[in-house]
Amino acid sequence: MSTTTLKTKPVESRQNVVILFAGDSGDGIQLTGSQFTDSSALFGNDVSTFPNFPAEIRAPQGTLAGVSGFQLHFGSVEVWTPGDQCDVLVVMNAAALKANLHKLKPGGTIIANTDGFDKKNLRLAGYIDEADPLTDASLAHYRLHSVDITKLTRAALEGLTLGMKEKDRCKNMFVLGFINWMFNRGMDNSERFLQQKFGKKPDLLEANLRALKAGYHFGDTSETFTTRFEVKPAPMPKGTYRSITGNQGTALGLIAGAQKAGLDLFYGSYPITPASDILHELSKHKNFGVITFQAEDEIAAISSAIGASYGGALGITASSGPGIALKTEAMGLAFMLEIPLVIVNVQRGGPSTGLPTKTEQADLWQAVHGRNGEAPIPVIAASTPIDCFDMAFEAVQLALEHMTPVILLTDGYIANGAEPWRFPAAKDLPAITPPTVIAKGDEEEVKRSLADLHDASGKFLPYIRDERGVRPWALPGQPGLQHRIGGIEKQDRTGNISYEPKNHELMVKLRAEKVARIADRFKPIRLDSGPTEGEVLIVGWGSTYGSIRTAALELQAEGVSVAHVHLRHLFPFNKGLGPLLKNYKRVLLPEMNSGQLRQLLRAEFLVDIHGLNKIQGLPFTSAEIKEAVLNLMKP
Amino acid sequence: MSTVNGTTPVEKIDFSSDQEVRWCPGCGDYSILKQVETLLSQSGRKKEEVVFISGIGCSSRFPYYLDTYGLHGIHGRAPAIVSGLRSVRPELSVWMITGDGDALSIGGNHIIHLLRRNVDVNVLLFNNEIYGLTKGQYSPTSPEGAITRSTPMGSTDHPFNPLALVKGADGTFIARSMDRDPKHMREVLARADAHRGTSLVEIYQNCNVFNDGAFEVFTEKASKPEHTLFVEQGKPLTFANGTKGICIKEMKPRIIDIGPDFSPNDCWIHDERDNFKASILVRLFEDPRHEGAFPRPFGVFYVADRPTHEEKLQGQVKRAKEVKGVGDLDALLNGGHTWTIG
Repeated sequence: MSTTTLKTKPVESRQNVVILFAGDSGDGIQLTGSQFTDSSALFGNDVSTFPNFPAEIRAPQGTLAGVSGFQLHFGSVEVWTPGDQCDVLVVMNAAALKANLHKLKPGGTIIANTDGFDKKNLRLAGYIDEADPLTDASLAHYRLHSVDITKLTRAALEGLTLGMKEKDRCKNMFVLGFINWMFNRGMDNSERFLQQKFGKKPDLLEANLRALKAGYHFGDTSETFTTRFEVKPAPMPKGTYRSITGNQGTALGLIAGAQKAGLDLFYGSYPITPASDILHELSKHKNFGVITFQAEDEIAAISSAIGASYGGALGITASSGPGIALKTEAMGLAFMLEIPLVIVNVQRGGPSTGLPTKTEQADLWQAVHGRNGEAPIPVIAASTPIDCFDMAFEAVQLALEHMTPVILLTDGYIANGAEPWRFPAAKDLPAITPPTVIAKGDEEEVKRSLADLHDASGKFLPYIRDERGVRPWALPGQPGLQHRIGGIEKQDRTGNISYEPKNHELMVKLRAEKVARIADRFKPIRLDSGPTEGEVLIVGWGSTYGSIRTAALELQAEGVSVAHVHLRHLFPFNKGLGPLLKNYKRVLLPEMNSGQLRQLLRAEFLVDIHGLNKIQGLPFTSAEIKEAVLNLMKP
Repeated sequence: MSTVNGTTPVEKIDFSSDQEVRWCPGCGDYSILKQVETLLSQSGRKKEEVVFISGIGCSSRFPYYLDTYGLHGIHGRAPAIVSGLRSVRPELSVWMITGDGDALSIGGNHIIHLLRRNVDVNVLLFNNEIYGLTKGQYSPTSPEGAITRSTPMGSTDHPFNPLALVKGADGTFIARSMDRDPKHMREVLARADAHRGTSLVEIYQNCNVFNDGAFEVFTEKASKPEHTLFVEQGKPLTFANGTKGICIKEMKPRIIDIGPDFSPNDCWIHDERDNFKASILVRLFEDPRHEGAFPRPFGVFYVADRPTHEEKLQGQVKRAKEVKGVGDLDALLNGGHTWTIG
């Protein structure tokens, strides 16, 4: 069926649209959202998404606590955020409306499933006296479309042998079909998806296809909808694209890094929200020499990764804040051993269990400082779902080439969010070259051929350093290189236990210097946008990128003297950062915490920095950032 | 791991490192170090193929004293480090050195998972029923009532029965030996080394500084015959110089006097492959001071064949490569669902 040709109603063109799907956490909202995202991306729009769901798998039905949402921003122009406010709000019940109405633009469109507005739902959502907002004129400022999605779906599935519960589960496909119609999308992609998902269950396939088509035809035939919208393809750079979430990006970046180093990848992990998807993704790719180890706890997860790195694989572990806290002691061990290890923290709201499914950037201090003794570990951060790939690759590069644990910070917002990715060719990724010692021949030959790694008496020196301060990686199994390493303080060069006071001071300094020298390899710092000097510099890090970029570009277009720099290296800092900060009258630092990077920058560079801090488990809107810049510029 | 040839040494290799051994004079650890060195040098194994991993505690300094590869880890986590290493390097001979505090207290969660997964490693659990390196606090194997520096009125904790714990976690090689019987220890260690899977050997080790004589009743000539039971495959369980034995009657072990009424043939015949008998054997753990207490068994209690964890992990990698082909990075980055612009 070629539904795209049924253009019986006028089509209105829009530059970009934000649509928010909301319903009970069991309503299949995430699937509707991600499928429509997929279709939009395939159509050529730029997209950015924000799935937002409760921590409970199935929170009580009909309540505000159980509302799950999926926000999609798609455009014929570049989009950098899921959008501050939405143009279209699709709600499956009263609670979904109540929880999200404030996000709808004045005059925006509401599509409401009337079946979700019965007395019980109204009561659960907290509407006083069970007053129905769909009928009491309280939504007069919006374009309201009340549709009995449940009834229409059931009608479309009449005659099928499925139970009522299973039929009602197809409501999300009715919605998808309708939205496809509303935004003038073809149905091919949605149909292909259903074929793949339900190919082996013909009755479910039939039901979902019928619901999908019913939704589409409803739009076409119902008289309440007079207009459809069109969002033309965006002028994206030429190339081949795919859609990718941040956690997928991280997983692929890690595999790509291991492949470029010619190593097997060992991933030790304990399930935790929102990091588990990295484990799920990696476990699918065992044919790349990937071993995933679901450990008994977070400590075993990182310790097993240390064991794997000791054996010569690329050891990786990931978690979120509470799990990272448990890994702290082992991070110190990896630092002390000077062994490659990547630690990914997909941050979530803290402290303690905090807000498991909400986002925050509050683990920066934990990453930079959170170990006993002086144990500086490189900390880098990803800013977008795509950037998760690049930064995961860089984390592998730094860990292997500098023999150190590296912490990669992402967060729940970009980990679950998706965007179109013009993925690189494998050949364009740089080779990664760890300082692996290759021993050939027997013990005596090894001592001769690798004399520079041995002392005069022929003892291998595991802690001898190259000009960057990096020690050799000598793997067990090779003759002439036997050595012992440990978390206890070691003698310079030999690695033997040493409590000698001056030696300890020397070792602390040598280890710190090695990490500090990593900054030598960073590319010169580059502004994301704006003038190289002026009134205001917005400094950002991590997932605030999209909102800051949008705000900065809009302000620049309005003639405001504002620039944006986004930091990927949080320890050590890029050497060009200090001078850059001094080129502007004021510096603004938006963070989803109480000012953690601000304090680090002030301490490092002795410059005043103004914070914009949001600690609500939610990303910034670009409007919030614009307002903060303008306020800062007021005399 | 290759089978040890204990009788005809291929080549004697010196496994000692250049480091000075720093245990207290008279410590039981010296004896264990010596037996391990002897076993390794007789095994014909190359030094570079052997890795010792340890946690924290007196025993965990062990790796520094051998000229093999070694990693001195953090408290309790050696099993996890071992699991990662073995997952990626299944050809190495890996030994784990731990103590009663390291393995059963701070590392309790890791040791049980190591055992159930059956990672191929030789675990030497030095049990001295005390915390030595922190200077004399009670451990999870100290008897209830133990007077130590942290329990001046006596420990209120019920102790672990280590081998019952190992059995409960489905360990595939369960044995006990003692520092004062080098020959027995060497034989048991050789068996442990030959086993594929987690071989756990509990070694009664005397801490002559903080808990001297804890195992005296099992090691001293006068009391040893009456209080110890050395199990051997296919042999009857007899002790007290052959004057007593253990039989099973109505599903319960009983002590019998060998003589006019009972012969050794009436005794329980040791079968280390018998899962249920092993469960009883590890439970012969009574306080030797009690009248009529069972003797404490030593030797190899139980051996089972079960695929190792690393075999299964590597098997999946191999199978994935066969079925999907060796990973192609470009195909992975593409993901199979793309669109083109321009």
